[in-house]
Amino acid sequence: MKILVPVKRVVDYNVKVRVKADQSGVELANVKMAMNPFDEIAIEEAVRMKEAGVASEVVAVSCGVAQCQETLRTAMAIGADRGILVSTDAELQPLAVAKLLKALCDKESPDLIILGKQAIDDDANQTGQMLAALMNLPQATFASKVTVAEGKVSVMREIDGGLETISMHMPAVITTDLRLNEPRYATLPNIMKAKKKPLETVTPDALGVDVAARLTTVKVLEPAGRSAGVMVADVAQLVDKLKNEAKVI
Amino acid sequence: MDAPMAREVMEYDVVVVGAGPAGLSSAIRLKQLADAAGRELSVCVVEKGSEVGAHILSGAVIEPRALNELLPDWKERGAPLNTPVTEDRFLLLSKHGARKLPTPPQMHNEGNYIVSLGNFCRWLGEQAEALGVEIYPGFAAAEVLFDDLGAVRGIATGDMGLNRDGTPGPNHERGIELHARQTVFSEGCRGSLSKAVMARFDLRHNADPQTYGLGIKELWEIDPAVHERGLTVHTVGWPLASDTYGGSFLYHLEDNLVSIGFVVGLDYSNPHLSPYEEFQRFKTHSEIRRYLEGGRRISYGARALSEGGFQSLPKLSFPGGVLVGDTAGFLNVPKIKGTHMAMKSGMEAADAIFDHLADVPDGSGEVTGYAERLRASWLWDELYQVRNIRPSFRWGLWGGIAYSAIDTYVLRGRAPWTLKNHADHTQLKPASACAPIDYPKPDGKLSFDRLSSVFISATNHAEEQPCHLQLKDSAAPIQINLATYNAPETRYCPAGVYELVEADDGPRMQINAQNCLHCKTCDIKDPTQNINWVTPEGGGGPNYPNM
Repeated sequence: MKILVPVKRVVDYNVKVRVKADQSGVELANVKMAMNPFDEIAIEEAVRMKEAGVASEVVAVSCGVAQCQETLRTAMAIGADRGILVSTDAELQPLAVAKLLKALCDKESPDLIILGKQAIDDDANQTGQMLAALMNLPQATFASKVTVAEGKVSVMREIDGGLETISMHMPAVITTDLRLNEPRYATLPNIMKAKKKPLETVTPDALGVDVAARLTTVKVLEPAGRSAGVMVADVAQLVDKLKNEAKVI
Repeated sequence: MDAPMAREVMEYDVVVVGAGPAGLSSAIRLKQLADAAGRELSVCVVEKGSEVGAHILSGAVIEPRALNELLPDWKERGAPLNTPVTEDRFLLLSKHGARKLPTPPQMHNEGNYIVSLGNFCRWLGEQAEALGVEIYPGFAAAEVLFDDLGAVRGIATGDMGLNRDGTPGPNHERGIELHARQTVFSEGCRGSLSKAVMARFDLRHNADPQTYGLGIKELWEIDPAVHERGLTVHTVGWPLASDTYGGSFLYHLEDNLVSIGFVVGLDYSNPHLSPYEEFQRFKTHSEIRRYLEGGRRISYGARALSEGGFQSLPKLSFPGGVLVGDTAGFLNVPKIKGTHMAMKSGMEAADAIFDHLADVPDGSGEVTGYAERLRASWLWDELYQVRNIRPSFRWGLWGGIAYSAIDTYVLRGRAPWTLKNHADHTQLKPASACAPIDYPKPDGKLSFDRLSSVFISATNHAEEQPCHLQLKDSAAPIQINLATYNAPETRYCPAGVYELVEADDGPRMQINAQNCLHCKTCDIKDPTQNINWVTPEGGGGPNYPNM
């Protein structure tokens, strides 16, 4: 069984993002980048399935600039067998990524595609669902437990107010939630081994995919700063302020 | 407790601890020499920051002398030296005024560049990797390894995924032993392994105590109308009292960025002093605020620096290893620069190590050629000539300026005497003997509270791990530091790590180790040397962009 795991290079979660002065986007110059944490969970899950003997190969895929190679090397240090970089400097939106992934899935024919439920930069939460739709595959989003048995995959999903378990035929698309697993540390020897694992580079053109943006970013703004609190003298004044100033009651 | 699991071992010719300018220059030079001689040489660099440059903080104006020697074609290689210094201003501040002082010769910056040292190191890291150096960021060298004869045989990286009590957690990964024929310690000021090595081999035997300063820095994006790319401004005087050594820098970089910082000598005596608060109120001076008003603060960080100079240099080599860069104390205080010296010391160490490895079949023993090479280099003369400037400020700002003028212009660094340095941690006076300092409240525009500052340093440490700030005596913070010095660690720590909390049975010192910026001030200034800074889990600590 082959598992394909797309991984995205995003601003590291420790970094406090800053909007560019011209409001066109977020400052990326010399900012620490890392693998999207949900994708790390996806890689970890796939590698665990391989270690358990359920899967035979884990392929990591990343779409974007040349430095996404580093993200793929991280995925391979965690345990992916090989990497594929879809190399482009174009701004990639979820639909374009889903189309690129579909083209790769057509070539690779994976039995499972495990993605992060969303990326922490654009928070779109769309790529997995779009990919399933484009490929006409069953999907289970927000997975917190994945079990493969007798040619089917059973996924426990985190839904409002509880958990839902669904069973799907494979191939299928799964997107990971936070509680699925806790990714391991990449060890020094594994980071070294990852440098020697195969990494293939393709272009969107070679895959026959038009990645032109369909959406235009009008403006990016930082959240408004919170103003300082005030001390109120008594309950009456508090109620008055809530009613007349904050207008919440 | 169970015996710890055995660690995997990896063998290298040379292991370098720390990917700063000194360590990377060392690694680059080693590979250049090996390539030129057609020899195989394996070089590995470990770095505790999450990436190269993540923990690097400096002004910085750099003198390209050492870089010209290391990579003469740095311009073609795209080194991020983008802003030549166009003007130097040196100001003496009083509370409401500013007077221009003649710029001392060491502070002339013709031919120098204003840079982000973090970005410079990122670039140096790329150059090193292109030469075949293996760089592993996110791995902290936590332990020095010794062979049967007592010589250094490499380092071990720290365990990952430990619980708070030191037991292995669910994701625990044991550290790795990196064995080397020679180990280069380039940890920056007050390196934790260098400290252990200095004690083990008694390297400070013939040296004065090292003295330090604490530098706190912010990066601002300012109004283009007041931005003057290439301008450097240095100040002395207000807000510090004249008996406290210190001053500020303000450098206009590219893209309307301004790097602004404040350095306080850690030999200050008044325990009420807060370097952080001094910096915050300094920014409200009319001469400084005119640049910052309407701008926004982008980043914040802090780092200690070595100020002891020539007379505080330890012995530089020992069996199995060498000290290079600021962990050895290579910084020219009157020039306010250390990068060129860090690089030069790293390069000379590389030359000496390369010769040694060729001469001694197994590469063991001590690389004594390193110190000999340094003594014959420009670095040695430069450091020797300015050796009396910093210590003369023990006579206060005016005494120091007067002495420095005579030493520089009349004696030209050839005074027949050498002034002594004294350990910073012995300089604090009891709180009762010193006047409290009333610092203004932050205005949220120019001056900020400590926690909102720490927030933009992007520092983080995995929550469940042993505290990396170890107390030898857990009672000392209350019984000595609070009782006699009014808990100075709550003020000198620029990250608010040390917090006095009231408990039912009296006050207690809480250590918020997650906030730590790895500046090392507490390891230096604690009056009884009770605090031992050790490396936390690799990848933790600040994530400085463009600092």
